[in-house]
Amino acid sequence: MRAADLLFGGLLALRARKLRAALSALGIAIGIAAGVAVLGIAASSKANLLSELGAEANLLTVSAGQNDDGSPAALLLTAESMIGRIPPVESVTATGYVSGATVLRTALVPAIDTGGISVLAAEPSLLGTLGGNVADGTFLNAATQRYPAVVLGAVAAQTLGIDSVRPWTQVYLDGRYFTVIGILRPVPLAPEIDEAALVGFPVADELLGLGGHPTELYLRVLPDQVRAVSNVLGFTADPPCPECVRLSTPSSILAARAAAGSALTGLFLALGGIAAGVGGVGIANVMVISVLERRGEIGLRRALGATRRHVGSQFLVESVLLSAFGGASGVLLGAGATVGYAVASGQPAVVPAVAVLAGLGVAVGAGTLAGVYPAVKAARLAPAEALRVP
Amino acid sequence: MTALLKIREAGKTYPGAPPVRALAEVNLTVRAGERVAVIGPSGSGKTTLLHVAGTLERPTSGSVKIGDEEVSGLSDVALSRVRARRLGFVFQQFHLLDHLDAAQNVALGLLYRGVGAGDRRAAAIGALDRVGLGHRLGHRPAQLSGGERQRVAIARAVAGRPDVVFADEPTGNLDSAAGAEIIALLAGLADDGTAVVVVTHDRAVAAAMGRHVVMRDGRVVADGGQVPA
Repeated sequence: MRAADLLFGGLLALRARKLRAALSALGIAIGIAAGVAVLGIAASSKANLLSELGAEANLLTVSAGQNDDGSPAALLLTAESMIGRIPPVESVTATGYVSGATVLRTALVPAIDTGGISVLAAEPSLLGTLGGNVADGTFLNAATQRYPAVVLGAVAAQTLGIDSVRPWTQVYLDGRYFTVIGILRPVPLAPEIDEAALVGFPVADELLGLGGHPTELYLRVLPDQVRAVSNVLGFTADPPCPECVRLSTPSSILAARAAAGSALTGLFLALGGIAAGVGGVGIANVMVISVLERRGEIGLRRALGATRRHVGSQFLVESVLLSAFGGASGVLLGAGATVGYAVASGQPAVVPAVAVLAGLGVAVGAGTLAGVYPAVKAARLAPAEALRVP
Repeated sequence: MTALLKIREAGKTYPGAPPVRALAEVNLTVRAGERVAVIGPSGSGKTTLLHVAGTLERPTSGSVKIGDEEVSGLSDVALSRVRARRLGFVFQQFHLLDHLDAAQNVALGLLYRGVGAGDRRAAAIGALDRVGLGHRLGHRPAQLSGGERQRVAIARAVAGRPDVVFADEPTGNLDSAAGAEIIALLAGLADDGTAVVVVTHDRAVAAAMGRHVVMRDGRVVADGGQVPA
């Protein structure tokens, strides 16, 4: 008796009782489908977030920490150009925090109602480096950065009640009116931009007294060189005091946050596991009934020369096949649900291989456990007793 | 002629309160080509004798030899091998598997002998030809008459060319015409040297067998027509 005989025999036996096989496999299928769908949907959302972040976690930020009053400390004037000379750095752009500047809708608004909007000097290259977009109007360019023009972050625009850019739209910025030339979409990699009003460096120097010092640098690095560049950034940005420089990789922080998953994912996985377990009990039940019904067959097989082991493995194989069918259809159902959800919400569909493998593994494991008792019961049946069926 | 089956002082008692003694000091020797009918009233121990002789049940006392091999001390695996290679069984209820066709049912008889799938099918077709069902290979049991089903079961029992074929009331579920075919088939097996042991109530079956072993209360009370040693 070979493994192929055992498998083929099991398939034929299941085919003989199609409806029962399908129903008992259904329990496992539902559990596995739930698990695969939960993992798949979580992975799709994560993939979507990562693609919005620019796929690779290659954005680095450099700052000089905080002053005693909590405002961002200034970096050296040379930091940006020095970092730009590190070969793997693809682009670098600076922002400078304008200390004490407020943005109000009009001069009539009390100065204390700042709305938490900060004023940042920015370079025209900021959007390109961060992968941000303009919701309305335009961003700063070589011309507008010299004039009192301002681009509002998404949250700042909302706070000021400005939802579109008109030629006459102005805000009262640090004691004078600036023309609003653009509104940004949210920038997930740099939420601080969302709450800022952005002006050009030249105008910030001239009218707001910035002094040209950047407070934060954003740089994109060749993806496989992120670590190498991180190691030299401190020395490059501030040679006398490398330890004063703070580095962070916002995209990897966001990715880690996405990967951590939610408590809900764990809960759904647990529910899926319970459903698969209940499905396993259903299979065990069906197999026990099957042993009782097929006493005559068991007796016949023993008479034909089947050993206890042959009979036991026959029932175990049937149980595992049932659960494997359940698991496979569950994986298909779960993948289908994931694709459906992803298409409906405009995300890329991702079914993680680990979910597929774990789903099949859990199903086969449940089927094996479920099949042990019926298999032992069948194997222990004495041949003469099994043949004594009415 | 060589003895294919030799039972010496075999007894079988089922535990219980009180214990049931189904066989008592039974002696039976069956040689190649013999046709043996085991007859007797219900409860006389006929089926138990067949199960003990066919190694489906172990005797509580005495010895059972298949060929030269003493089987009462064998392990389950070794006993199964003896059944697979040397013994064939035919039952009153046919015990065909409904989801397999005739050829697959017969091939099942060779599954536990380690015969490959192709050879099993070839032997099954040959055996079905021998019982006159060469044209019914692909039919399922439900598509066959009672007599045809029992012929499939006989083909299954003889596909591996066993030394001894045991039949338990093979005509019990058949009408007299179908029964007659089955009797002729079973009797014909002995022409090739196979020993045939039939447990039966049916006078016609008994009449077709050369030797009559009569049982009562677990004992052999008459053994007529025995081929001399």
